[in-house]
Amino acid sequence: MDVILLQLLNGLDKGGAYALIALGLTLTFGTLGIVNFAHGALFMLGAFCAVTVKSVLSMQMIALDPTKKTAWGTPLEIKTPYVEAWFGDFGAVLLEYSVPVSILLAIPIMLLIGVVIERGLIKHFYKRPHADQILVTFGLAIVMQEIIKAIFGANPIPQPAPEIFAGSADVGSWLGLKAGSVVYPWWRMVYLAFSAFVIAAVFCFLQFTTFGMVVRAGMADRETVGLMGIDIDRRFTIVFGLAAIVAGMAGVMYTPILSPDYHMGMDFLVLSFVVVVVGGMGSLPGAILAGFLLGILQSFASLNEVKNIFPGIDQIIIYLVAVVTLLVRPRGLMGRKGVMES
Amino acid sequence: MKKLSVNRRTVLKGTTAAAAGLAMPTFFHSKAYAANFTNAPTGGSVTLGFNVPQTGAYADEGGDELRAYKLAVKHLNGEGDGGMLNTIKPLSLKGNGILGKKVAYVTGDTQTKSDAARASAKRMIEKDGALMITGGSSSGVAIATQGLCQEAGVIFMAGLTHSNDTTGKDKKRNGFRHFFNAYMSGAALAPVLKKNYGADRNAYHLTADYTWGWTQEESIKNSTEAIGWNTVNAVRTPLGAGDFSQYITPVLNSGADVLILNHYGKDMINSLTQAVQFGLRDKVVNGKDFTIVVPLYSRLMAQGAGKNVKGIFGSTNWHWSLQDAGSKAFVKSFGQEYGFPPSQAAHTCYVQTIMYADACERAGTFNPCGVVEALEGHKFDGAGNGATEYRADDHQCFKDVLVVKGNENPTSQFDILEVVEVTPRSQVEYDPKIFGGNLGACNAGKA
Amino acid sequence: MMHNLINKRDLPLFLGFIVVVLLAPIIMNPLGAGYPDLLQKFAIFGIFAIGFNILFGLTGYLSFGHAAFLGVGSYTAVWTFKLLTMNVVPAIFLSTLMGGLFALLIGVVSLRRSGIYFSILTLAFAQMAYNLAYSVLTPITNGETGLQLRLHDPRYLDNFLTSSVETSLPSTTFFGLSMSGFSGFYFCAVILIICFYVSLRIFRSPFGVMLRAVKSNQERMSYTGLNTRPYTLAAFVISGMFAGLAGGLMAVTDPLAGAERMQWTVGGEVVLMTILGGAGTLIGPVLGAVTIKYFENIFSSLNDNILMGFFSFMPEPLQHAATAVAGLFVGEGWHLTLGALFVIIVVFLPGGLMEGLSRIGKLFRRGGGGDGKKDAAAKFATPAE
Repeated sequence: MDVILLQLLNGLDKGGAYALIALGLTLTFGTLGIVNFAHGALFMLGAFCAVTVKSVLSMQMIALDPTKKTAWGTPLEIKTPYVEAWFGDFGAVLLEYSVPVSILLAIPIMLLIGVVIERGLIKHFYKRPHADQILVTFGLAIVMQEIIKAIFGANPIPQPAPEIFAGSADVGSWLGLKAGSVVYPWWRMVYLAFSAFVIAAVFCFLQFTTFGMVVRAGMADRETVGLMGIDIDRRFTIVFGLAAIVAGMAGVMYTPILSPDYHMGMDFLVLSFVVVVVGGMGSLPGAILAGFLLGILQSFASLNEVKNIFPGIDQIIIYLVAVVTLLVRPRGLMGRKGVMES
Repeated sequence: MKKLSVNRRTVLKGTTAAAAGLAMPTFFHSKAYAANFTNAPTGGSVTLGFNVPQTGAYADEGGDELRAYKLAVKHLNGEGDGGMLNTIKPLSLKGNGILGKKVAYVTGDTQTKSDAARASAKRMIEKDGALMITGGSSSGVAIATQGLCQEAGVIFMAGLTHSNDTTGKDKKRNGFRHFFNAYMSGAALAPVLKKNYGADRNAYHLTADYTWGWTQEESIKNSTEAIGWNTVNAVRTPLGAGDFSQYITPVLNSGADVLILNHYGKDMINSLTQAVQFGLRDKVVNGKDFTIVVPLYSRLMAQGAGKNVKGIFGSTNWHWSLQDAGSKAFVKSFGQEYGFPPSQAAHTCYVQTIMYADACERAGTFNPCGVVEALEGHKFDGAGNGATEYRADDHQCFKDVLVVKGNENPTSQFDILEVVEVTPRSQVEYDPKIFGGNLGACNAGKA
Repeated sequence: MMHNLINKRDLPLFLGFIVVVLLAPIIMNPLGAGYPDLLQKFAIFGIFAIGFNILFGLTGYLSFGHAAFLGVGSYTAVWTFKLLTMNVVPAIFLSTLMGGLFALLIGVVSLRRSGIYFSILTLAFAQMAYNLAYSVLTPITNGETGLQLRLHDPRYLDNFLTSSVETSLPSTTFFGLSMSGFSGFYFCAVILIICFYVSLRIFRSPFGVMLRAVKSNQERMSYTGLNTRPYTLAAFVISGMFAGLAGGLMAVTDPLAGAERMQWTVGGEVVLMTILGGAGTLIGPVLGAVTIKYFENIFSSLNDNILMGFFSFMPEPLQHAATAVAGLFVGEGWHLTLGALFVIIVVFLPGGLMEGLSRIGKLFRRGGGGDGKKDAAAKFATPAE
């Protein structure tokens, strides 16, 4: 019972993460019709916004101590972070909360990156075949990755969550179960709440604003909207920027769970495509549903009891679900006819 | 960008004299090896192939290996301060290259993939005329490259590979490994674990689901069960899973009080970080504090886990804080050259290059069969782990193994691990037969 | 007699292709790529890409799963060496067959969908194959280490014919001709030429026309009452056989098969090769394969030492600066160059490298100095759409 509850909780949490990562991809897919292989790289760039903020905050004054030597004979360096030297305790707090603080930086930076990419590159590819879109965005992703590698190296860089979120919540006792039987890390709960919030915000934005209405109309019939004298291009730029922001924020918040490295985007690329396609191209609710479905199924498939019956099932469950879903429901769980089928 | 111009210092005179003295016996020793072998050097230089991961997850480890190789080449050619050339005994090198030929090198990218590693090694052999291939950061790549070198008739010095198979069931006559293996990790770790955590423990393994993970799981299981521990469960996790939460949650209520992570590199960083997030280290199970063990540590990668490694036991092949003459000399030359201490991968690669060169010098030939004979059963000291032997039976190197613990109070970003025990060589030795395999005959290829 | 076998218009193209392939060791030498292993890779990935192009270039179905067939081909070939004989003929035959068989199984399921849904289905199958081969299927695939030959493999056919006791690993042969080194390359080259010819014939056949019709408008095709799926399935199986053959040849020239050959990145690589060279053109995929493999093997091997030598004509400070700048793009930075190349090519040359060649060809013709050879080059470049 405990185990099932735990895996369910875990599946929800994973699902939230998957849905958030796939959200931006659904936007670019569904709205702009662009197969964006650089989406994983945008996620990675977001994570490195957090790395940058932390390394700027922990930039250190270096004083040499000639009395002590390193193992190779140069004077020992004594380092104190500038923020702590300048702002005292406030600086220390700032450093402690570097991950959430990074969100503030990530939003404008990712918007800028998104707009530059869309205006500079993507807009020339709306009418090009998907194959060309894949080649150009894949190339772009490699370039972004390699730049990050040249600056930060290839090894993962730890980004601890603030200390107050470090422990685990005793979820079991909230539900009246034995204390300590069902515990879950605070930061993962924060991530789940954050995912829900961002997903809801994007949803409301598209559903209840004029801007969102125009974009949705553009998704349905781009030509007609254009004929009505609405500048759909500019709105598409903003949508791409929005997708970049969502990917970036997902990246920032994920850093305490997964120490970021330059390659993390590629690791998530296939997964996010599978989530979007299982959910159905261009369907936001579909992507969210698929995210949770895959998260929960993956959690249960990893149980040893299940693995003993189907060896290796945890290795392939995601792809198996994708195959079965697409065979039973031709356009994914909630996809519409005609989107990205040619 | 580092300046490449080098202060060409003259060879330390003392070294030269000592080396010349030691080189004398080779005249009597060398058998007549045919001059007809793969890539027999004809000009005034000899080419070595450094095949390391430059892209992918282990690119930084590969970068550190490459730094060590460049340093070794410098020292072999009599540039720089000579590093371990001054401390390894016996040593026949004279600081004038190998057998009077200047050492040149070529580099390549393994991408930590067998296919790419073999393609790169083939280029070095077929196009660049490399006589020896070395490097790499995974056992799969090491075994694949070792097989290739055996067929091509060149020497392979393995680099970073920890699987029992490399010098076990996949051992080859032309290949040698300086690095330790999973069996030795288990043998060194078990007594320390018993001392710190007692004999009555319930262990839960999370194991990377591929050959290296399995051999390590088996070795650690055997050695911990021998000290009385009980294995509750051993669960396989997909390589590169990223998020391990679905494997960690079942640990919580399994009744286990020790979690053993048979993961390396990124998997290790992520599984450890996440296990700590799940509060495993704050738990009390069966009246004992829950603990985590990481049998194979890499300092370079452990940086990515941040403070989560504090107090966690593991083993490592070598660590820069060792105070013997060899380690100090190496850390000094490496630190002065690059500004930070070398990793265990760098140490292994550096020593292997020197040992290969020394073997050529002693054999009086570059012929792989002569080099193999010179390396087999070769005993030396002063390379950082005390008395060291390249065992003739399986080409595995035997030396002291380090048991380390995540440092509770690090003084610098490099000071992540602290050496808690140097396990003597005798304690980690084993019968070469237990892992099977067959060295086969040496292959010198053809001209 | 000749024009029964080949269209007169294609003859210069085909003969040109043969000459270039057979002279590759000489042509590639100044570029530093004239050594057997890389030449073999050029030929093998050329075959892989030619096959992929029959599916993607003609029908527009974008498969991300062809790596699975490559891997199956390799495993089949190595198992043939282990169980039957070191002669490569059965291995090549069986790996092609197994590639086709797997393609049939996956194709029947995947081709029920089109567009991105088809792509994801093929990707899912390939990833499942990769993940299983890497872990639970280790008894068959030898997992991470890769399937290797061993001294005591049964090799029933060989041992039936001869009873010599071997002390070292036998090598693969084509009736006694060693399959490593240049003889291995020429073996692959001959097969590449055959594959190219097959692809040429398919492009010019009614079957090829039908496939192109599928690409331009499948819906309209189905209104005519014609079921297009047998045609696309045939194309899928043929391309799977090419991939299986390429995988088999990888094992022939280097008898080791690893699971990573099935990873989606390898399947992605052949997609990139085809698009980079020019999808739907005859030569383009081969050109793309050569370009990507060249970057992977040669650019990655350039290090600071070599660069310093390269810039040695400059004064010293400039030499260091040039080395520092160039160092970002080669050696450990070779990915960066490749990524930038993808972007630049696809932005400026929508038809891939072949469009570049055709533009150069046109330039020469306009300049009035166009000789016959350039004309031919331009003709190759015309996308077969």
